[in-house]
Amino acid sequence: MEYFLQQLINGITLGAIYGLIAIGYTMVYGIIGMINFAHGEIYMIGAFIALGTILAIGPVGAGAVVLAILLALLVAMMLTATYGWMLERVAYRPLRGAPRLAALISAIGMSILLQNYVQLTQGARVKTLQPLVAGGFTLMEHDGFEVSLSYMQILIVVATIALMTIFTLVITRTALGRAQRACEQDSTMAALVGINVDRTIALTFVMGAALAAVAGLMVTLYYGVIDFFIGFVAGIKAFTAAVFGGIGSIPGAILGGLLIGLIEAFWSGYFSIEYKDVAAFSILVLVLLFRPTGLLGRPEVEKV
Amino acid sequence: MLDLRGVETFYGHIQALRGVDLHVGEGEIVALIGANGAGKSTLLMTVCGKPAPRAGSIRFQGKELAGRSTHEIMRTGIAHAPEGRRIFPRLTVLENLQLGALTAAPEHFATDVERVFTLFPVLRQRSGQRGGTLSGGEQQMLAIGRALMSRPRLLLLDEPSLGLAPMIVQHIFRVIRDINETAGVSVLLVEQNAYHALRLARRGYVLVNGRITLSGEGAALLDNPEIRAAYLEGGARSDKAGTGA
Repeated sequence: MEYFLQQLINGITLGAIYGLIAIGYTMVYGIIGMINFAHGEIYMIGAFIALGTILAIGPVGAGAVVLAILLALLVAMMLTATYGWMLERVAYRPLRGAPRLAALISAIGMSILLQNYVQLTQGARVKTLQPLVAGGFTLMEHDGFEVSLSYMQILIVVATIALMTIFTLVITRTALGRAQRACEQDSTMAALVGINVDRTIALTFVMGAALAAVAGLMVTLYYGVIDFFIGFVAGIKAFTAAVFGGIGSIPGAILGGLLIGLIEAFWSGYFSIEYKDVAAFSILVLVLLFRPTGLLGRPEVEKV
Repeated sequence: MLDLRGVETFYGHIQALRGVDLHVGEGEIVALIGANGAGKSTLLMTVCGKPAPRAGSIRFQGKELAGRSTHEIMRTGIAHAPEGRRIFPRLTVLENLQLGALTAAPEHFATDVERVFTLFPVLRQRSGQRGGTLSGGEQQMLAIGRALMSRPRLLLLDEPSLGLAPMIVQHIFRVIRDINETAGVSVLLVEQNAYHALRLARRGYVLVNGRITLSGEGAALLDNPEIRAAYLEGGARSDKAGTGA
């Protein structure tokens, strides 16, 4: 029971991070119908920017930790958003209207380019960070096994819920969100009502990148170890989460992220840690066999 | 108000418009008739810059539109209720209208929505419903309502009668006349229903294979034997008038 609870906490934390990255995949897919395979790299860059900012601030006292994290969050979100904007500008906008395969190849190319760019400028070795947020609660103890919930885990889950709420509100309640949904459903008609479709798509990349930066910061703080290659696996996991939950659906991305995180945590807790990816992907295959649109995805056929 | 001179439009290598000259005056209703595939919808979309014309000029209220992007053109006072209505299917009726009002000043929104709901009362009942769940007639009303929300000076309407019951068609045509007479909105109307269109319009143009072949007063075109044969008396079979299909 204690062990189960601990893995549940770990799984939710991991799942929240996957969910944050998955939102970027699902939003971009929704609006241009294309998987942005460089999104994992955007997340990795977000992690590097966050780490760089924290190192630049230098050692801070316990009271200033919150401020330091907020500052790192702000800097990482803004700079990573700029990368997201440039990515769209350089790699995707010129290919608008080109066959989808071209955009896909461009995405993979950008992914490799960004990985190598970080490897060259930051070095291939892992970067480490001393834990900024230490400590936590011990929820229960039994036979020497402690169920702990760290402050960092609370921070990750709270930040994810807050950001998800904000983004859901932006998309459902604001003019920008309405324009995004319009572009998603019919970009020609969106232009005919006066929406600047290119700008709306760019803003979608910016929003997705900002969320990936948050995930990058969380991972940096949570694990304290990053390198130029973390975007690849996390990207594939988050992409899986987005497909799992139903690509194009934001609640789906969060749900998919949580489920992937939980499957991984429980599988590595009860069976074998080596096969956790196999478990996650196998369950994805099973879900897609019976629900090809994912858990919360909508069927393709639409009465128009 | 709207002046097209020598407009040529291509889809890839296929030429859809071959040097079209067309004029819509201030406060006028102008009908554009022609068979399927003649290029009527293309003409309206070319005015909106989607696709952009490859040659010729499109002037609206003295300003050149050719070469400008669609979202800029739609901010000059032109609104389009396009072919197939293109309602945003997963947005509510109200959200569709909000998007229509995107280029209008926000303070007009309440009165403009009220006006659309007065013209098409059924939209008020449906305002919280998703666009994709409306019937064809309701979607057409929404498409016109959405176009009106931008307070256009020129309204482009692509086959508003297509596939609708005669009573709804009458309602829609009455609204078009009303918009034109009370608000002074100019209308460029594309129709296969040539009889309705030419009775409503002051002037008309006939488009065949991307060229304007005839133009004149609506009433005169209605009496023209060629038009009668081709578009009014089941004349899609007539080869002489060039159905363009």
